Amino acid sequence: MHINGVEIEDTFAEAFKMYSSRFIISAVNQKWATEAASRVTGFATSVIGCGCEAGIEGKVPADETPDGRPGVSVLIFTMGKKGMEEQLVNRVGQTVMTCPTTACFNGLEGEEKVKVGGKLRYFGDGFQISKLLDGRRLWRIPVMDGEFVVEDSFGIQPAVGGGNFLILGKDLEVTLEAVERAIEEMKGVKGVVMPFPGGIVRSGSKTSSKYKFLRASTNTAFCPTIKRQVESQLPEEVNCVLEIVIDGLDEGTVREAMKVGIKAACIRGIERISAGNYGGTLGQYQIYLHELFR
Amino acid sequence: MKEPLAIPVEAEFICPDVFADKNCREIESLPLHHGNRERRLGELFEVHGERSVRIMIEGDVSRVKKIGYGMTKGRIVIMGDAGMHLGAAMSDGEIIVEGNASDWLGAEMKGGVIRIKGDAGNLVGAAYRGSNSGMNQGMIIIEGDSGNEVGERMRKGTITIMGRAGDFLGAGMTGGTIIVFGRIGMRSGAEMRRGTIVTFQEGDGTAVPLQLLPTFRYDCTYHPVFLRVYLKTLQRHGLEIKEEYVTGNYRRYNGDIVELGKGEILVYEPGA
Repeated sequence: MHINGVEIEDTFAEAFKMYSSRFIISAVNQKWATEAASRVTGFATSVIGCGCEAGIEGKVPADETPDGRPGVSVLIFTMGKKGMEEQLVNRVGQTVMTCPTTACFNGLEGEEKVKVGGKLRYFGDGFQISKLLDGRRLWRIPVMDGEFVVEDSFGIQPAVGGGNFLILGKDLEVTLEAVERAIEEMKGVKGVVMPFPGGIVRSGSKTSSKYKFLRASTNTAFCPTIKRQVESQLPEEVNCVLEIVIDGLDEGTVREAMKVGIKAACIRGIERISAGNYGGTLGQYQIYLHELFR
Repeated sequence: MKEPLAIPVEAEFICPDVFADKNCREIESLPLHHGNRERRLGELFEVHGERSVRIMIEGDVSRVKKIGYGMTKGRIVIMGDAGMHLGAAMSDGEIIVEGNASDWLGAEMKGGVIRIKGDAGNLVGAAYRGSNSGMNQGMIIIEGDSGNEVGERMRKGTITIMGRAGDFLGAGMTGGTIIVFGRIGMRSGAEMRRGTIVTFQEGDGTAVPLQLLPTFRYDCTYHPVFLRVYLKTLQRHGLEIKEEYVTGNYRRYNGDIVELGKGEILVYEPGA
């Protein structure tokens, strides 16, 4: 299969069952909502070392936020439910509550809920106020610029993480252009985030190492500088590989994002689109690249 | 109504939960207390329809008490004035009154929505005497004025009054929110422990200074973000809310310091 002259490898991306939550940060203007969202999703590229994976889903217009102020929607993913509550409380507490003018609302009607505002309320030192409206409980925590309003509980639901595809290009310049185009298109898909810097991974990994103390190491088969020293999967013409990892609320949205991204990445100078997997031995989902375009 | 009433009627069986599984004859046979006599509903009302959770009442039922008492589902529409204890203790469903409502509207309700297109009497959403808690959840919207002791001892419900409120608004409140667009009366928030009273002091152009109890202390003037959520919700209920109320600042007074003192009165500050 080829798209715009670019080979689509007959392989699959191996993805995993995760848990997700979504929350809306609003603020006095878009600048401050985005500032808080950037901070809350910082150091959240991979559950391996960061505890969660998170990203900005998109801007939320003022007339769509609960308080009528400009907002940003954030998605966060963890391997387990227990880890989700801890991540939400820590991140919202340390990076949203601390940011001027923000408020934080649940954005997911999940079957299960975790306490976020319900835990952060104690920061109010007894002066916090609870408000209940239309079944939604809000906490008002007195802070120095007025009050931090945060919803008591956030919904969580099963989700899919680790969807991916690799872009193999003839040089760094064209490969970077291809992934940037892909990311721009994928931002239009709701329900997904690409948690790595700019949505892109340059240091993809494999789940083994020559060192006993390491769980993962560089993806040697896709590293161009050591082509001749390893069992490389890179054709002769390929001198650069970049990867996009996708986490989404369900398999369908991950597939949609992969399809949209791959199409956008198929430009002149790109040799092949591939995907990362573990032979189907680890993940619960196998997303075949060819199936995306049938 | 078949005939005007000179003596009040106790009619707690006029309720969607009761009508839901009854045919017309069974509904007509439901008992009512008319003064000191027990009568049948069909003697006082012409009944049409059956087995429904939607009830429409035409005529002046200002002397019919306890309509919708304890309801948990359905809808009641009253095309006239409604009597005392309308929707008291209800936990879900909706009541709409095209006219006025009397005292004890939504007393101790636990959920649902009541909307009054005209005025309401005293003790809206209040606790019955001897009880510690008034309406616990749910929403009451009054598009006209209301009487005294509205929200007395309230908990977590929300009352919105587009007109004026009488005296002792939110007396002894332990939680909940009362929003009054018109003027509030004397001794608002007396013995308030927790909860929120919001007032915009809309009037007829005459300058009437707001008088709060001396046991309420001014904290600051600020923009309460949580109030935006309330006002946006009221807009979704079809109420016209000025944009400056949503975006504006409010003077915050905490009290009543003769009690716990964690209640608040927020007063809209025009042009701040």
